[in-house]
Amino acid sequence: MSGAAAISADSKPRLPRGVHLKHDETRGEWLLLAPERVLKTNAIAVEILKRCDGIATLSEIVDDLAAQFKAERAQIETDVKTLLGELAAKRMVDL
Amino acid sequence: MNARETTPTPVPAPVGILAELTHRCPLGCPYCSNPIELDSRAGELDTETWKRVFSEAAAAGVLHAHLSGGEPAARRDLVEIVAHCKKVGLYTNLITSGIGITRERMRELAEAGLDHVQLSIQDALPESADRIAGYKGAFARKIDVAKWVNEVGIPLTVNAVIHRANIARAGRMVEFAVELGARRVEIAHTQYYAWALANRKALMPSRAQVDKAVAEVERLREVYAGKIVVDHVAPDYYAKYPKACMGGWGKRTLNVTPHGRVLPCHAAETIPGLEFWNVREHSVPDIWANSPAFNAYRGTDWMLEPCRSCPRKSIDFGGCRCQALALTGDARNADPICHLSPYHDKVAAIAATFDEVDANVPASDYIYRTLKTQVPAQ
Ligand code: SF4
Ligand code: SF4
Repeated sequence: MSGAAAISADSKPRLPRGVHLKHDETRGEWLLLAPERVLKTNAIAVEILKRCDGIATLSEIVDDLAAQFKAERAQIETDVKTLLGELAAKRMVDL
Repeated sequence: MNARETTPTPVPAPVGILAELTHRCPLGCPYCSNPIELDSRAGELDTETWKRVFSEAAAAGVLHAHLSGGEPAARRDLVEIVAHCKKVGLYTNLITSGIGITRERMRELAEAGLDHVQLSIQDALPESADRIAGYKGAFARKIDVAKWVNEVGIPLTVNAVIHRANIARAGRMVEFAVELGARRVEIAHTQYYAWALANRKALMPSRAQVDKAVAEVERLREVYAGKIVVDHVAPDYYAKYPKACMGGWGKRTLNVTPHGRVLPCHAAETIPGLEFWNVREHSVPDIWANSPAFNAYRGTDWMLEPCRSCPRKSIDFGGCRCQALALTGDARNADPICHLSPYHDKVAAIAATFDEVDANVPASDYIYRTLKTQVPAQ
């Protein structure tokens, strides 16, 4: 329903209470924990989610990632919107 | 590839622990999944033992702790247990009927670090809900509890078990969950074992009712997408393949009873001859890796035909052991839900009993689940 395009540049994404990004020592990987759900998160997703603090806007997050990873802004923007759109549909991110 | 087949696969780390803190419960739901033989209060594990269990579980790789019952709020040490789970890094989920939770206690639970609340509802109509629960005023109380959960900002899941007395409102319960402020709703059709089996005649809906309810809930899933997540457990009698029960036996979760027995699934005690270990005598990692009950149906080596040579054996693990036992007499058989099972006609016979149900006959008197607890003074 909430397509990637629907996320506005000045929305301030954050992990709602009850959703945690956790480094799991036993398995040596980053996981996103929610009620009854465990999502494995790859390195890119971890970098995106770490920045979803409810303060930074979407466009600030994209700028920051583009600067840090010296990547093309448009590509990063698509990645960020896709990930957050999917997670928002599962109610694992508030936009 | 060949070399890998001969190496024994290490036991994967568990991801979830379901802790039945007590079997006491003020409600008496006739479909309760607790065993008919309930664990008495006298033999319940004490606070320190539960804390050790959660510490060991977390160290072994468990991520989610589900605090369940009975009614977990009947334990006076609930807040202390939640705080401990938080301390050892567990994601803590409270599965409650809401009875015994006060506004004050909800605040304390939130401060202790509770991550999520799963609140059961019996129906979307007050009178019917209270009759099903066998407890007057339960419905009104649950609405308050939902408010308090929202007040402290903890995400809420509402769950409803569907049977003849409430199936006409399966869809309404999705809407009701939205009204209660839930982010997730579980609509689960009754599974007929334990108390539900004893009450099957009164609980079982007709096939037409099931089909209608399933379609309505699926429709609402679309309507509310992005607003509420709908988890729907439809009856599997018409499926071609069984579900991977528990995500595989001894593969993901462990269940601890109030007296400390550790089970691969909460119905595992219906299988005779399994040896369960107790947390009073063994550590959680020891039980997970070595207890005979966990190893009995772990992996695929124990399988008989048709599962043994089936390409789906590591997808559904042959389905549910308890169902295989109940319908075929041997827990190692394929779950007869599978169309490849030679006992598949037994399932057809059960599905046919759906068709015999006359929905106009009111649900007969329930055998209410017992071992009630006093509700603490508000
Ligand atoms: S009686 Fe009802 S509320 Fe109590 S444990 Fe059983 S299903 Fe849950
Ligand atoms: S034969 Fe066994 S493994 Fe194959 S699909 Fe049926 S239940 Fe699953």
